[in-house]
Amino acid sequence: MQKLIQWVDERLPVVDAWNNHLAKYYAPKNFNVWYFFGSLAMLVLVNQLVTGIWLTMSYNPSAEGAFSSVEYIMRDVEWGWLLRYLHSTGASAFFVVVYLHMFRGLMYGSYQKPRELIWLFGMLIYLVLMAEAFMGYLLPWGQMSYWGAQVIVNLFGAIPVIGEDLSLWIRGDYLISGITLNRFFALHVVALPIVLLGLVVLHILALHEVGSNNPDGIDIKKNKDENGIPKDGIPFHPYYSVHDLVGVAVFFFIFFIVVFFFPEMGGLFIEKPNFEPANALKTPEHIAPVWYFTPFYAMLRAVTVDLFGLPAKFWGVVVMGGAIAILFVLPWLDRSPVRSMRYKGWLSRIALAIFAISFVILGYLGLVPATAGRTALAQVLTTLYFLYFILMPFYTRMEKTKPVPERVTG
Amino acid sequence: MKQLILGFFIAMLPTLGLAAGGGSIHLDAMEPDHANKESLQRGAALFTNYCMGCHSAEYARYKRVSDDLGIPAELYEENLIFTGAKIGELMKISMKKDLSEGWFGAPPPDLTLESRLRGESWIYSYLRGFYKDDSRPLGVNNVVFDNVGMPHVLVDLQGLCAVEPKIGQNASVDPLSGNVNNADACPEYAIEGSMPAAEFDRAMYDLTNFLSYMGDPVKLERERLGIFVLIFVAIFFVFAYLLNREYWKDVH
Repeated sequence: MQKLIQWVDERLPVVDAWNNHLAKYYAPKNFNVWYFFGSLAMLVLVNQLVTGIWLTMSYNPSAEGAFSSVEYIMRDVEWGWLLRYLHSTGASAFFVVVYLHMFRGLMYGSYQKPRELIWLFGMLIYLVLMAEAFMGYLLPWGQMSYWGAQVIVNLFGAIPVIGEDLSLWIRGDYLISGITLNRFFALHVVALPIVLLGLVVLHILALHEVGSNNPDGIDIKKNKDENGIPKDGIPFHPYYSVHDLVGVAVFFFIFFIVVFFFPEMGGLFIEKPNFEPANALKTPEHIAPVWYFTPFYAMLRAVTVDLFGLPAKFWGVVVMGGAIAILFVLPWLDRSPVRSMRYKGWLSRIALAIFAISFVILGYLGLVPATAGRTALAQVLTTLYFLYFILMPFYTRMEKTKPVPERVTG
Repeated sequence: MKQLILGFFIAMLPTLGLAAGGGSIHLDAMEPDHANKESLQRGAALFTNYCMGCHSAEYARYKRVSDDLGIPAELYEENLIFTGAKIGELMKISMKKDLSEGWFGAPPPDLTLESRLRGESWIYSYLRGFYKDDSRPLGVNNVVFDNVGMPHVLVDLQGLCAVEPKIGQNASVDPLSGNVNNADACPEYAIEGSMPAAEFDRAMYDLTNFLSYMGDPVKLERERLGIFVLIFVAIFFVFAYLLNREYWKDVH
C-alpha cells in the first residue's frame, strides 16, 4: 500500500493534496454549530448528483412523457420514489443549509479581507444554484412547474427593447413548451452541475489558501508556534472530519423525517398544483415559486409604480436583480475594523437582525397571494433589506467596537 | 412616526391571519387510513364501477392495486377490469378526451393523483356535496365545486339532495356500526337513494380512502422504512458523538 502511494505520488502530488486540504489544513479550533453548514452543503450536493443521475435513467424529457415518467419513477421503478424524494427534499435542504451558511458568513464577517474571493465564489455558487433549482423545477412538468417557469421567463420580457426577444430566445418558443423543457433538462443535468462543481472547487481552494475564519474573527495565522503551526489551529482531519460526522447525523435525522414522512412538506417542497400535468390553457388560481425563491419574488411584486416611462414590472426585475447583485459587493461595504458580530457594536447587530427578519417575512409574503396590505409590508421590508447594505459603510464605521482578543475564546 | 409604524403593523395583522387563502368553504375532515385493507377494497370496487367509466387512473397499474390491497389477481381480473386490459397494464379508459370535452365542457380528469392535488377532505366533501339545481344543464350542482360539469353519478346510491347539503360539520361516528355519520347533511331528498345516509357516507369514506391510496401507494411502506432509517441514524449519532468526544478531549 505504502509503495503504491509512493508510486502515485511520484507522478501526482496526492500526499501534498491530502496534507494541504485535510491532514495539515489547520482550522481554528473554536468552530461552533454554524460551521457545520459548509460541509453539509457538500453532502447535499453529492446527494443531488447521485440521486439525479439515477433519476435521469428513467426520466423522459419531453412534453408528452415528462409527467408520466415521473409517476413511472414513483410507482414502477424499484426505489424510484426514494430517489425522487431524496432529490426533491435535497433541493430544499440545499437552500436551507446554504442560507444558514451565508448567514454565518454575515455574522462572523467571513467575507472581509482576505476572504473576498471566497465570498464572491460563494455568491456565484448561490446564483448558479438558483438557476439549477429553477430549471430542475420545470422537469416534472406539473402545473406549477409550467406556470412558475412561464412567470419567471416572462420577467425578461420587461427589459426594454430586447426583452421580448430575450425571453423568446430563452424559451425557444412563444410559450413554455417541450423545446424549453428539453433545453432546461440539458442545462439542469449537464451544464450547470459542471459549473457548480467548478465553483465549489474554487470556493474551497480559495478558502484553503487564506484559511478559515472563526466565530471570533481572529486571524489564527498571526500566532504560530515554533513549527509554524497556528496555536489556535487544529488539523481539519481527523478533528473536524469526526466533528462534522455528528452534524451529518443530526442533519440526516431531520432530512429523513421529511423524506419518509412529509415529502411534500405541506406543499412547500412539492407544491400541490404540481400533481396536475402542465396545461397551457389553464392558469392555476395562485402561482407561487418554491419557498427558496419567495423573498425575491415578494420584492419583485413589491414594486408597483411606473417610473421614467418604464413599467413597474421592469423596476421589479431591477429590484430583484439588485437584491442579489448587492450581495456581491458586501466585502467592500463593511468598513468595520473587526470581523465578528461578537466585537461589532449594537448598530451592526440590530442591522443584521432586521435584515434577517425582513428576509424571512419577505419569504412568507412571496408564498401567499398579494393584497394591498401585504404589498405595503413587502415594500417596507424590501427597503429595509437594501438599507442593510446601503447604510453598512456608515454604521460599521460609526459604531464603537469591542477590543478583539489575541487568541480565540472557544 | 412610531405610532404610524405601530398602526401599520396592527393593520397588517388580519391579512397575516388569512394566509391559507383559496376556497372559502369549510370541508368535512377526512383522515385516510391506508392500513384498512377492507375499506380500500370496497373503495376499489366503487371506483371501478362508478368512476372508471369516465375517469382514468393512467399512472397506476391494476396489478399494483391488486397486490397492495390483497385482492387475488384472478378475482381482480374477473371482477374489476372491464376494458379487457391485462392485469399488468395501466388503468386507462376507453373514453376519448376530445369527445368528452364536448360532452362535459372539459374532459374528466385523470384521478390517480387527485388526492394529492386537492386533498382527501376535499374529495370526501365533494362526493357528498351534490344537490338538485335545475339551472344547470345536468340538473345538479355541487357545494364544493360550483357549476360542476360532472353529473351526479352516485344518485342511485345517495339519492339527490333537494337543497344544498351542509358540508363542514363535525362528523359523528356511530358507536355500534362504526359508520361515519353526517346523516343530517341533507335535510330533504328530491330523489331517494338505495343507501341510508350513514352507509353512503361510509362508502364515500372508502372511495376517498382508495383515491388517497392511489395518490401515494407507497405511503405505508415509506413510513415503515422511515422508522428503521431514523433508528439507524440515531445509533449512528451516538457513535459519531462518542468518536468526536474521544478525539476532542485533549483539545483545549
